[in-house]
Amino acid sequence: MSIFVNAETTVVIQGISPTSQGLYHGLRNRAYGTKVVAGTNPKRGGETIEGIPVFASVAEAVKATGATASFISVPPPAAPAAILEAAEAGVPFIVCITEGIPAHDEARVYNRLRREFPGTRLLGPNCPGIISAGQCNIGITSGDIALPGGPVGLVSRSGTVFYQAMYELTQKGIGQTTGVGIGGDPVPGTSFIDVLQAFEADPETKAILMIGEIGGSAEEEAAAFIKEHVSKPVVAYIAGVTAPPGRKMGHAGAIVSGSKGTAKAKMEALAAAGVLVAQNPTEAGEKMAEVVRHLG
Amino acid sequence: MDLFEYQGKQYFARFGIPTSPGAVADSVEEAVAKAEELGYPVVVKAQVKVGGRGKAGGVKLAANAEEARQHAQAILGMDIKGHVVHRLWIERASDIAKEYYASFTLDRSAKLHLCMVSAKGGVDIEEVAATDPGAIARRHVDPVDGFPLEAAREVVAAAGLDEAAREPAAALLVQLWDCYDQGDCDLAEINPLILTTDGRVHALDAKVSLDDNAAFRHPEWAEFAGTETEDPREKLAKEKGLQYVGLDGEVGIIANGAGLAMSTCDVVEQVGGKPANFLDIGGGANAAQMANALEVINADPKVRAIFINIFGGITRGEEVANGIVEALGRVEIASPIVVRLDGTNAEEGRRILAQVPPDRLESRPTMIEAARRAAELARQRA
Repeated sequence: MSIFVNAETTVVIQGISPTSQGLYHGLRNRAYGTKVVAGTNPKRGGETIEGIPVFASVAEAVKATGATASFISVPPPAAPAAILEAAEAGVPFIVCITEGIPAHDEARVYNRLRREFPGTRLLGPNCPGIISAGQCNIGITSGDIALPGGPVGLVSRSGTVFYQAMYELTQKGIGQTTGVGIGGDPVPGTSFIDVLQAFEADPETKAILMIGEIGGSAEEEAAAFIKEHVSKPVVAYIAGVTAPPGRKMGHAGAIVSGSKGTAKAKMEALAAAGVLVAQNPTEAGEKMAEVVRHLG
Repeated sequence: MDLFEYQGKQYFARFGIPTSPGAVADSVEEAVAKAEELGYPVVVKAQVKVGGRGKAGGVKLAANAEEARQHAQAILGMDIKGHVVHRLWIERASDIAKEYYASFTLDRSAKLHLCMVSAKGGVDIEEVAATDPGAIARRHVDPVDGFPLEAAREVVAAAGLDEAAREPAAALLVQLWDCYDQGDCDLAEINPLILTTDGRVHALDAKVSLDDNAAFRHPEWAEFAGTETEDPREKLAKEKGLQYVGLDGEVGIIANGAGLAMSTCDVVEQVGGKPANFLDIGGGANAAQMANALEVINADPKVRAIFINIFGGITRGEEVANGIVEALGRVEIASPIVVRLDGTNAEEGRRILAQVPPDRLESRPTMIEAARRAAELARQRA
């Protein structure tokens, strides 16, 4: 099994054109086996691009194809409206990889979804997407680094460390149920806790690998959740162990503020919740190998 | 982007938030001239993007030209927590009856904005939060609802502001919300917010941090950009659109994605190396960007070895490899390069890199091995 997406998931690519990022990655996702059933572009309704039927709006695409997920990679000024368009069209799962959306727009979209579309889950923005190994890949993850069959569920705030961690597992012959990149922006649509909850409920996920990074308090909140609600073993790595305090390190999210937010505070909170904490992605893979051995 | 106090006050003024009359001065002479124009007493304030100016002696009251001169002389060039003062803000002194605190920022845990108001202003608010949390009134703001005057009235009452200050403070708080919301601030903070002896409320300080992601809809921000004082390496990187933070070591680091770049610094340090920098070439980096990144690293004389760590997702391996080859052809890269390339189109990228002579570039199959090799090369070449 997997969480959020599976072999039955059907995807609409929002903002498709022959030169768009959406098409490039959508075709890679399709090559992986993802059911890409539609694209949208207000100027290209009725066209077919690379065998993908294009509709003028998400509502039309959903009506014609019954798409259950959408993939958004349009530029920041257009992304918030694209997310809301998908939600209004009734798409239950939206993946937005767009980097650079203003924080105020993210907060507005998040709260509109929460209030008006409680049945919609947004993953991202500024995330690598989601991959249920062997079944469905929505986003920009290179599918060949995932190994189907479980038993590990992977969740990460950082995109590239997500790939790194997945690859560490795959190289050790450890499969994944689903890998979820939640993104490092200030207001992510899906949080660590949402994913941990789903992994806890998924019978095929036997252990969880969590990748955090400095800044904010999402990892501390995840630690509190794990302590109370997660029975499965969790291994974690926090990127930025050696980062000097008080410096911005790229992501809007990665701002060290006060004692909460430092790698040390996060690692301590996680360790106190019974999580096995690694110093780097390779060690995280090694610790997970140990955990998987003991699963029997 | 953090603003200086004077820029923050200029930004406040766009939204009607009252501040004291004042002027910028870059020299002692200018400071005195501006003080004369404003009329005494004035406050001479160091313009640095760091807290604790007052305690460091960077804020002084001057009753006449002689004092204005003395203070300007003392404060210009002063080092406040590593920030050298190049500019002063000369402001008409206010008759302060009370000092309060007001701010808006994002509460990432609640995924809502947070308004904080306190009657205990003018001091370190983090100290107040730690020792007397009840003294800060907090109210979450859902961006869908906004922040109407009624909400502002409730929060100033909850904070226990003096009766005379409440109505003007509530009105100012709504303006501060507009500044924070429409002005795309990560933080809009006033400490102290003052009640004057003649019953007016205005901002005596301004701490404004702008969300760089919103720059595309704020052409007016261009005037703030040029005044940022930065590490010359950081300045060069910024011009080339790269996320760069200068550190003190010898291993130059280039990675894609902030997380992997931080993780690369972690691993280099753990294998006994010292990172010279954090550099994120970003998602979807192409050949030109990689070439730019190498040039930035190359400009740092402390660098002895370069570690390029790429895990392609949106970034494509062959683009990265072409960028490295292009940079090697374009400029003389002084240090040997160790590359680790995985992910999207990695094999194609590795094939391209195999053509580069091994004394200039070596590939390693894993992040740890590449980090070890880069640290080793840096030590050998120290």
